[in-house]
Amino acid sequence: MQDAVRDLVRDGDTVAIEGFTHLICFAAGHEIIRQRRRDLTLARMTPDVIYDQMIGAGVASKLIFSWMGNPGVGNLHAVRRRVEKADPAPLELEEYSHFGMVSRYMAGAARLPFFPIRSYYESDIPRVNPKIVPMTSPYDPDDEVYVVPALRPDVSIVHAQRADADGDTQIWGLLGCQKEAALAADRVIVVVEEVVPEAVIRRDPNRTVIPGAVVDAVVEEPFACHPSFTQGYYDRDNAFYLEWDRIAKDPATLDAWLAEWVHGLANHREYVEKFGDAHWDRLRPEPALSGEVDYGRYA
Amino acid sequence: MSEPAAGPGYSKNELMIAASARLLGGARNCFVGVGLPNIVCNLAQHTVAPELQLIYESGVYGARPERLPLSIGDPTLATGATAITSMYELFAYYLQRGLVDVAFLGGAQIDRHGNLNTTVIGDYEHPTVRLPGSGGACEIAIHAKRILVIMRQAPRSFVDRIDFRTSPGHSGDPAHDAARGWTGNGPTDVVTDLGTYVFDAATGEMTLVTLHPGVTMEDIRANMGWEPRVADDVGQTPSPSAEEMRLIRDVLDPQGIYTR
Repeated sequence: MQDAVRDLVRDGDTVAIEGFTHLICFAAGHEIIRQRRRDLTLARMTPDVIYDQMIGAGVASKLIFSWMGNPGVGNLHAVRRRVEKADPAPLELEEYSHFGMVSRYMAGAARLPFFPIRSYYESDIPRVNPKIVPMTSPYDPDDEVYVVPALRPDVSIVHAQRADADGDTQIWGLLGCQKEAALAADRVIVVVEEVVPEAVIRRDPNRTVIPGAVVDAVVEEPFACHPSFTQGYYDRDNAFYLEWDRIAKDPATLDAWLAEWVHGLANHREYVEKFGDAHWDRLRPEPALSGEVDYGRYA
Repeated sequence: MSEPAAGPGYSKNELMIAASARLLGGARNCFVGVGLPNIVCNLAQHTVAPELQLIYESGVYGARPERLPLSIGDPTLATGATAITSMYELFAYYLQRGLVDVAFLGGAQIDRHGNLNTTVIGDYEHPTVRLPGSGGACEIAIHAKRILVIMRQAPRSFVDRIDFRTSPGHSGDPAHDAARGWTGNGPTDVVTDLGTYVFDAATGEMTLVTLHPGVTMEDIRANMGWEPRVADDVGQTPSPSAEEMRLIRDVLDPQGIYTR
């Protein structure tokens, strides 16, 4: 992880750490904080605790998003301090809706200039974001859509259950926009619970969402999503999301948390060890295996 | 506010949950939001709408959660679901295509026509309170055939003028609304901690139809920023039934996460 962030994430980059509730790579965010990147534009559909930590740590000057909050808990205190009070510095916002953000990644992944959607009608959002533009269909003068511009992150970081050493990546459970965010980016870091042999990937090709051809680095980092989750590996640590509300409310406790849990640790392995085995045992689900399908052998 | 006359044996949230779940009778494809809608939809699936397919913007169609989901991306929503799609597919092929019969929305502010603000309180560039933003709300408001709103009523949330229109409701001009050509018909019902409302067909205006037990018109007026339109025959919201209470407390939310 240290190498991947050092080599692929640069000051001033537009960085997307995606994952919708599921597969949010906190370990990558922590490494970016630890390496003290600055002036990043952070893109993400749902800036939640990971971006509150990164923005609280001062790595970013701009946020591109569609919903920000601590899901099921409340606000992002560090982000709000910067937006409402410019404390300790202003934070530029560029906001869309969820459909707008996923469509921006779609356009970026397909190398299209923009993407049309039916949204934003009679909403104030286009008024405050001039990049959201109404467009009349060239085939029907009465049909108006809105278009959103392609989003092409300099770096996308996505977590997944498994990949082979080449970066051919498989995901199950909530897919979010991991595929689109990865394919839209110039540089891609895939972080996985397990690096597996190529044969494991080839046994179930329908589950492959990101081809290794677009992946610059594969990092094996168990529990890298905590307090987010990896389906089948560990549950969401809802207690931590609640705890974060208390930590982030006061800049001093936030700084103390960063000092203890990010800067005070060399890497994510130390973070995992610091929580202790009992913590991870509690988060491990009972198995629920999918049935197997028969692809057939056509020799 | 006056307390219900008889010790009610249920919380305000439980009354809101039961009243909202009954509005889902006969519904099939339901877009579930964060917070109370989670438990409302799960209750409806056990009572008035056994065919209800729970759709979550996280990409889940036909969720069968084995525990009460704490977020719209809870892993229990994935295990055992009918389908999991990418978020683009969920918004494009399910919502925009017109498959969603009913959806829940809420917000920090609502006006008499059901326009919702989830973006900012105050000026956009210099907000007093920066709220989460749209999420999927502004497209859900356009495409879901019916919108149900669950919100606590207060003068600061039921306002004459919202500070920012994140998600459109009715315009106040039915001819304009009919000419929009949207898949959705806008908000149909609002359930608050004080009463229930529908939207008047002629004016698109929120209209009080029932008061919760023990709630007075003074309570209603004290908690909204405009003079409410009131139905001719305002009734009382039925209390949660014994079966609804059993499901809420024993089956769906034994820890009282959503009900306290």
